[in-house]
Amino acid sequence: MVDQVPLLQTQKLTKTFGSVHALAQVDFNLYAGEVHAVLGENGAGKSTLVKLITGVYHKDDGTILLDGQSIHPQNPHDAQSLGISAVYQEINLVPTLSVAENIYLGHQPTRFGFINMRRVNAQAKALLQTYNLDIDVTRTLSTYSVAIQQIVAIARGIDMSAKVLILDEPTASLDAAEVQMLFKVMRTLTAQGIAIILITHFLDQVYQIADRITVLRNGEKVGEQLVKDLPKRQLISLMLGREFAEIAAAGESVAPPISADAFVQARGLARKGMLQPFDLRIAKGEIVGLAGLLGSGRTEAAQLLFGIVHSDAGEVQVKGQRITLKSPRDAVRHGFALCPEDRKVEGIIPELTVRENIILALQAKQGWFDFLSTARQEAIAQEMITALRIVTPDSSKPVGELSGGNQQKVILARWLAAQPEFLILDEPTRGIDVGAHAEIINIIKRLCSEGLALLVISSELSEVVDYSNRVVVLRDRQKLTELTGDDINETTVMRAIAEK
Amino acid sequence: MRSRIFPLIVTFVVFVALYLIGFQRFPAFGTTRVIANFLTDKSFLGIAAVGMTFVIISGGIDLSVGSVIAFTGVLCALLIGELGMHPLAAFGIALVIGAAFGAAMGAVIHYFKIPAFIVTLAGMFLARGGAFVLSQESIPIEHPFFAQISDIYYVFPDRGRLTVIAVLFLIVLLVGILLAHYTRFGRNVYGLGGNSTAALLLGVPVGRTTIMVYMLSSLLATLAGVVYTLYTRSGYPRATIGLELDAIAAVVIGGTLLTGGVGYIAGTFIGVMIQGVIQTYINFDGTLNSWWTKIAIGMLLFFFIALQKFLTNYRGNFGLSRKRAVAPAGD
Ligand SMILES: Nc1ncnc2c1ncn2[C@@H]1O[C@H](COP(=O)(O)OP(=O)(O)OP(=O)(O)O)[C@@H](O)[C@H]1O
Ligand SMILES: [Mg+2]
Repeated sequence: MVDQVPLLQTQKLTKTFGSVHALAQVDFNLYAGEVHAVLGENGAGKSTLVKLITGVYHKDDGTILLDGQSIHPQNPHDAQSLGISAVYQEINLVPTLSVAENIYLGHQPTRFGFINMRRVNAQAKALLQTYNLDIDVTRTLSTYSVAIQQIVAIARGIDMSAKVLILDEPTASLDAAEVQMLFKVMRTLTAQGIAIILITHFLDQVYQIADRITVLRNGEKVGEQLVKDLPKRQLISLMLGREFAEIAAAGESVAPPISADAFVQARGLARKGMLQPFDLRIAKGEIVGLAGLLGSGRTEAAQLLFGIVHSDAGEVQVKGQRITLKSPRDAVRHGFALCPEDRKVEGIIPELTVRENIILALQAKQGWFDFLSTARQEAIAQEMITALRIVTPDSSKPVGELSGGNQQKVILARWLAAQPEFLILDEPTRGIDVGAHAEIINIIKRLCSEGLALLVISSELSEVVDYSNRVVVLRDRQKLTELTGDDINETTVMRAIAEK
Repeated sequence: MRSRIFPLIVTFVVFVALYLIGFQRFPAFGTTRVIANFLTDKSFLGIAAVGMTFVIISGGIDLSVGSVIAFTGVLCALLIGELGMHPLAAFGIALVIGAAFGAAMGAVIHYFKIPAFIVTLAGMFLARGGAFVLSQESIPIEHPFFAQISDIYYVFPDRGRLTVIAVLFLIVLLVGILLAHYTRFGRNVYGLGGNSTAALLLGVPVGRTTIMVYMLSSLLATLAGVVYTLYTRSGYPRATIGLELDAIAAVVIGGTLLTGGVGYIAGTFIGVMIQGVIQTYINFDGTLNSWWTKIAIGMLLFFFIALQKFLTNYRGNFGLSRKRAVAPAGD
């Protein structure tokens, strides 16, 4: 299956951003017909490698060879002409264009130089149907959910791949079935001799699909092995540069004291077409997990609870008092906070510094006239940078220049720093590396032992099961059941999600 | 209903309403004489506005349009009057210079990453200054070709005249629509304005597209200058000051978002026609100062920008619920 001569090769590839060595002398070998996983912590240089290969960034030093020929792509357009297509980490499609146009932008079928719109739409529709997605492709992309946008981006990337396909965290917003479907498509591609670079933080997926692994750490290549020769434990210590057990163990904490009274309570909360009447109560110190498949109504429940979307039935109470939730502002006034799923769109302000992004929610809560002193801001930012292991030279770097995973950590830090009484986390560990993953869970547990009421939405069952005091299972926009105590384990939750 | 098309519908309704108000008071509004006059009177503004629409959809702005028209007029007048060139040759030279000028502005915007506002502001001063360097005075043009052109027209049954320049405007409009919606270049312009980083990553040739957008705008401004020369039979360095702002107003009233990525050439046409209707009404009325046109356009602009703001917010706050309702695969 694997040729001896690499299809794509980088030699001593080097890139610095100011004082940051994003990539240092990296030799990378990609062979035809293989799935090659590039792994490493947040900020290790994975996306930088991709962007050098596709001409988004320009190398400082080194060479890139395709079929043994040195190539110098100046922009993604050049890379595409060479047969290299990529799906970037940040979902990068044009929100104002239709779904079909996003798929065929730059390579629409034309007749006499004119685009045949009907063919564009028909082909896009057929293409998406191969991914079990039957949607109106003439609608504006931004009206669809993140998951759909991600599938559209992947479908485009795959449709355009001629020699090399690069997928930078493609599975972050996908559910298990969609991931399996993607893997199936990837296998047909490799059978045709196309080489695939896969970047992900889901190590189980690596073992399922990849043939070879390259590990980066702090911009340097620290290993290249066939998957079968590299067991997971060894892989993790290679990525982190230390033993994983140390961090995991540090996090074991005592069970938090849960108060008896509900802090937040929802009664019959509903909105037509979004969520069937829904009951929920969360006490201080309690962690409630929301489990369910994509589309089961988890995000909708969060949006109703946070006032982003208005309910048309039911009520929300705080400490037994009914409250009005007309907007997120109302929610924040009652001590609520929501860390949204779609952080790229709804959260980050790329031009502001790490510190400014972190203190944003806290400052807003205090009111803009009660200004946090610079020293205080710096202290909070430093605490978060250390706690979440955010890779940045200092707190005054613009967030837009951090790696994808580190940007997510900054948003998470913002909500943690705001010290809410009720926190909703939508997919808190998505796109975050194994090391930081454990840290985040530790922080979640600590906050609850300090009296926070927490609602966590997560597709990672093992995680939900690990820290939840109660697990609410949703399906088809309806609350199915609530699991407590010993009933909380992966098998029961899985069964509750799946059973009819 | 598509929210993208909603502003266009509002524009159209406003146009029809204004037209009916005019018609009700001055029945002459219903004749082809008045309608054909809209087209002729607004032809140079309309041609420039088509170019401006591309620029604004791409997320930019072009402030040099009015100056480029004036420069073209003076240049053509000199080439024809002083050098004895045939007008068609003079127009050809002007168009080449105009295209090169626009391409240069686009290149500066792209390669030096300088905001379009600044670069085209500089372009505005350059072209206006250039026009004055060529001549301080208005230069009349005497050439049989001009009389020949103005003798060609189509006469409607009720004596309305469809002139050559009106037809030129309609052709530019059609070509503009085709270019915007049915060519890769056009779609790249929309992509660029929708999200320039995403467009780059998707493989849109961002540099080439930017250069071509400004080249197109200046080329059309030069063509507008040619039309203006045919219309006034003179070159005047002080001509069409601030015309770029009328063009921007027409584009925005026509439903194009100033933030880029969304817009219609056809909308711009209606935006131009709305200005024509208002101006004609005020002329017919006779008691109102013609500057009232500007006030009316100003108020319309406010209205349309408020509408855009409202629509964007509407999508921001409530879009979630609507998208969830129709896209059950999303979570
Ligand atoms: N445009 C940029 N400007 C400045 N620094 C940058 C830029 N892009 C990346 N960096 C820096 O380069 C380093 C590597 O970033 P990169 O995005 O390659 O990480 P990554 O391995 O993809 O991480 P993640 O898993 O979080 O996506 C980081 O320290 C980041 O801050
Ligand atoms: Mg990355």
